[in-house]
Parts: sequence; C-alpha cells; structure tokens
Amino acid sequence: MKKMTAVTGNEALAEALRQINPDVCAAYPITPQTDMMQQFSDFVADGLVDTELMLVESEHSALSACIGASAGGGRVATATSGPGLALMWEMLYVASGMRCPIVMAVVNRALSAPLNIHCDHSDAMGARDSGWIQLWSENQQEAYDNLIMAFRIAEHPDIQLPVMVCMDGFIISHSVGVMDFLSDDAVQRFVGDFTAQDALLDIERPASYGPLILTDQYHEYKKEQNEIMDSVFAVTEAVASEFEYLSGRRYGLLESYRLEDAEIGIVVLNSAAGTCKDMIDEARENGVKVGLLKPRLFRPFPYAAVASALSHLKVVCVLDRSDSFGAFAPLYVEIAASLYPLENKPVLINRIYGLGGRDFMPEHVEAVINEMADILSRKAAAPPKKYISLRQYV
Amino acid sequence: MTSTLKIKNLASKENRLAPGHRMCQGCGAAIVVKMVLLAIDKPVVACSPTGCLEVTTCISDYTAWKIPWIHSAFENAAVTLAGVETMYRALKKRGKMSHDMAFVVFAGDGGTYDIGLQSLSGVMERGHDLLYICYDNGAYMNTGTQRSGATPFGASTTTSPAGSAVPGKLQVRKDITKIMAAHNIPYAAQASPSHHLDLMRKVQKAVSIPGPKFINILSPCHRGWRSKADDAISISRLAVNTRFWPLYEIENGKTRMTHIPKEKLPLETFLRPQGRFAHLFRPENAWMLEDSQRRVDTEWEALIASGPPHTSER
Repeated sequence: MKKMTAVTGNEALAEALRQINPDVCAAYPITPQTDMMQQFSDFVADGLVDTELMLVESEHSALSACIGASAGGGRVATATSGPGLALMWEMLYVASGMRCPIVMAVVNRALSAPLNIHCDHSDAMGARDSGWIQLWSENQQEAYDNLIMAFRIAEHPDIQLPVMVCMDGFIISHSVGVMDFLSDDAVQRFVGDFTAQDALLDIERPASYGPLILTDQYHEYKKEQNEIMDSVFAVTEAVASEFEYLSGRRYGLLESYRLEDAEIGIVVLNSAAGTCKDMIDEARENGVKVGLLKPRLFRPFPYAAVASALSHLKVVCVLDRSDSFGAFAPLYVEIAASLYPLENKPVLINRIYGLGGRDFMPEHVEAVINEMADILSRKAAAPPKKYISLRQYV
Repeated sequence: MTSTLKIKNLASKENRLAPGHRMCQGCGAAIVVKMVLLAIDKPVVACSPTGCLEVTTCISDYTAWKIPWIHSAFENAAVTLAGVETMYRALKKRGKMSHDMAFVVFAGDGGTYDIGLQSLSGVMERGHDLLYICYDNGAYMNTGTQRSGATPFGASTTTSPAGSAVPGKLQVRKDITKIMAAHNIPYAAQASPSHHLDLMRKVQKAVSIPGPKFINILSPCHRGWRSKADDAISISRLAVNTRFWPLYEIENGKTRMTHIPKEKLPLETFLRPQGRFAHLFRPENAWMLEDSQRRVDTEWEALIASGPPHTSER
C-alpha cells in the first residue's frame, strides 16, 4: 500500500529538493515560487539537507551563482517565477552555452506591466529559445516526478544542459494535490552521485570557462548546441522508463488522452489539461469524439510525435496561456509546424485563455469543444486566433 | 607560509597569466594581474567580467590563464565566483575536495562601480571568502572609453567629450573603496602598480584573511587616458604622489595610510601627461583644475584624519 499525502505544488518540489540534497542552491524570493525555497530553507536550518544555500540579492545573481557553482563541479538547483525568470534572461543563455546542468523549477507567472502575480506561461515561453530543456507539469505529482527526472536528463554525459521544470503558479503551486512520494533512498539511488566533467575546481587540469568566440567558430558552436538537443528525446524517454520501473508512473514526451479515435482535439500545457480531460469525458458521453494532447517536453519540441498523435484529427484547437502580440501564440506555432508536413492537415485554431491567472472553467472547455464540433459539422469558418473566457461587461 | 616579496624570488616564480595574451602594449591591467598572482602562493581560481582583460586573455581556442578561470557576463563577476567558492565549500564539506585555494575576481571599474555593483554588494554582505580586485582605469575602455562611475571629474571620454558647451565629465567619481568598506568587510584597500611591494603586501594580507576582501588598483590605460604607451608605471606614481590615488587600507574598520608621498606634487603633474585632461589647461576651464585640486586636498585630509600612517611604512 502506497503512502499518499496531500501537499501543495511548492511543498512537493521542496520535498523533491530535500530528497535530492543538491550541493548548491541559489535563490531569490518571488511569488509564487517563494514558499518553495522557504521550505527548503527550513530543511537547511534543521539539518535535513547539507546543501549550501545562497540567498542572493536578485534572480540575475541567483542564476549567475548557479552557473559559477555548476562550473565549479557539482549538483545545482534553483527556482523562480515570472519577472524573476525574465531578469535571468541573459544568464539563461550563458548557462546553456556553458553546458551547465542546472535544474530550475519555474512556477509559471505572468509578466508585468500591468503587475500580476498569477499563473501565465509568458515567463517560460520567453525562455523557450534559450537552450534550456523544458518539462511541463500538469499537477503536483507530475512536477515532483519531472523535477527528479530533470537531474538525470540535465546531468546525462551526452546532454550536460540546464532543465527547467514548469508548474502553474497558484493553481498548482499553492493548491493541495494528492501525492505519492518516493522514499528518500529511492530518490537518492535514482539521481545517483554526480561527477562533473571538466570541473573548474579541478586545479590539476585548469580549465577556462566562457571564452570569447568570434565569427570563425560561434556559428559552429551554436550548431552543436542544437545537435545536443536532438539527443534529449531519447535520454528523456530512457530516464522516464527507468522512473516508471521505480514509481509505476509512465511519462512520455507528451501525453495523449482519448485521441485514438478522436475527430477533434485540444492541445494544452500544464494544469488546464486536467479541466479539459474532465470535460472531454463528459463530451464523450454525449458522443463527441474529442481528445487531448499535452506536451510534456516543450524544448526540444517533439514535432514528429505530435504530428503522429494529431494526424487523423479534423479540427485541433491549441490553447495558449501566453501570447505573442500580433502573432500566433507560442504553443500554436509549434503545433502548426508539427502538422505542416502532413498531407491532410486538420483545421487549426488558436485560443488564448487564462492570462494573468484568469480562471479557466469547465464551461470554457465546453465552448471550445462546441466550437470545434461546429467547424467539423458545418465546415464553418472560425477566426484563427481569438481570446476566450473574456469578461462580459454589461 | 607566504613567500617573501623579494624581486629575486618573484622573478623565479611562474607567471600564471601567460605571455601571448592580446592586451595592449603597456596596459596597466596586465601588470596588475601579474603582480596580484605573483603575490599569492596558493592555487588560484579567477573570474573576470566581460571587459578588456576577459576578451584579450581567452579567445577560443587559446587561453592565457594557467589557472582555472571563468567569465560568465558583465554585471556578475563577484557572484559568479561566489558560486564557485560556494561549490568549493559544499564539496569540501562532503569530503570531495581537499585542496586549499584562493578565489580572485579581476574586474574593471565598469564591472565594479556601475553594472556589477549590486552583485558585488551582495557578495560582500554574504561574506564569501574571495578577493575582489578592481583594476580601475576610469572608463569603459573595452567599448571605447565611455564615461563610468569611476571616471574622474573633468575627464574627456567618448560619452563625456570636452565640447564647446560641456567641458568633459562634470560629476565626481564614486568612492568605491569606502563603499566596500561600508559593508564591514575585514579588508579593503587601495593600491597602485607604481608601488608594487605595497600592492603585493596588500594582496598577501588580503588572501590570508578569511571572508570578503576588496582592493582597488589604479590601472593606467594609455588608449583611454591619451598618454604614452610606456608610462603606466610613471603615471601611476604621479597619481600617488599628487595624492590623487592615496595608498591605504581599511582593516576591520581601521583605516591606515600605507604610504605618504615625501613631497606633495600639484595635481596638474598627474593630469598634464593625459590627453583626456588637456582641455582643463585652457584658461576658461581653470576653475575645473582648482576644483579638482581642492577635492584631492579635502579627501586627503579626511583620509589622514581617519587613519594616521604607520611609522615604519612611510
């Protein structure tokens, strides 16, 4: 009998960090991430971990410290949200360019202005081209599992790249979910002991980190970064199957829900997938053949797997919790690129929902399903991009 | 046990910044780095922010650094090295590291006074065990001599040019050494390559003290100062002897002058060999010269009052 516990997303991730006991963590408080690192500080204060915790003066410094620590030669983790991730932007590229296997929990939050502390994916989407691997998580359990697996992916000798694990701010970080924690021993055995390659602290083999690379080599350097990303798929799957053996929980590059015989489908990231699944079950009872695709690995993006999961659909609605103003939103663009090689492409629409923590309710999913059903039956045209769940002013 | 600072001994030590780097001929920073590394006997892990020193010492596939060295960005050298130092402590605690080593930042004034001040302040406050060396050449030399918070009053730079309406930089520079000392760190000092024994003694002392240490070292840049390429040492001696660049240290809050020039030279003798101050010698700008001299005198008096010289080191 497994021991089930009810915890918030932040508590779950703090617990994962306690079990992993990294060599160095650096962090700066920002809502909604703050209480994750607060909890971890308790673990440090009570001697439950012997991690060196650096409580720095900004997120820019938090990631800079992580880069120094990681280059030094050890296991490193941090966490942030929204504007904190935005402040790290310059250093995100440095971390990946220097092949620092840092693991960062990103508790997704909107970006200013106007100031808003609630859930939105603009933060992580702004970092999608930074060379970090991105894992997205629907709930507390997935965030916990992803964070543990992230260390194995990041530190894999063929990868050596930073990973961010995304979890919805407040919706998951501050709400209680049912958790099945692994034992401390199981986590320790799973992540293993980390030995860095080319550690800066190896004074017998002095290394120079962060050279100037000019026009003669920079282009090739970036090509190699791209090639490493190609090997992330196989490593992510291998780590997931090892994790399944340990936990009984199965993870792929994406989750496909009732898509096999579906005619219409929703594509969505993170917590909204839960609401969508419930409404899909309901619609299925009424004979609507609808399914869902939830990418787990967003960088690198599994184009082929997405295309094969969606190829038989007639209509697909991509729900984005961030926008690219004056353009299609980030998730939509990836889905469109995935479907492009197909001969018979589904009708593809983009719906923007839940910005700045706007509630995403079952009726919103229902409306999206109805809209797709309408397009399917009446071949009705629909605007390719539209905001949903807007306030109705009277 | 630290080695004695005798020229004979120093000359036989390995130079840990290899020749062949691409610093300008006669660059003060190259001399400063060499002196600092010669003064330290332990293995050193170094860090530089983006800047002249960084772009000229490690251009892939070459590096002039014979020691572990890291550059990550411009505004974060202090915290990048603090990250390395923290990992060192973490690994030592877990029995994965046994060597004793020193951690040294080499940063210019832009990366110290301006864009790097926040991360530097944080590192000093948190008490990381590292030595931060600022090689202060008083402007953003790597990007072509733009004014910085370290640029002296009156200097003409590419962004504070001496024009017909505005005669150069009209603001005074920050007192970064005092700012660092105000963090209540165990050791802060000011040094000049013209007084190499004083400089190296300060480095040796700093490295022997646990916690965060800061030394601001004058570093002539003949490209930006519009001076002669072979005068880095003589011009920094003039900076000391005119009292423009006092040599002192603040140890556990106690200020001590480490060198008092035998004869006080007028500030003009330091300014005149530098093209960046040429316009101060025009009659209409005489007030700027007077102003600068007055400021040097006031600052010197305040410094002397806060820390009398040690008799043996006059």
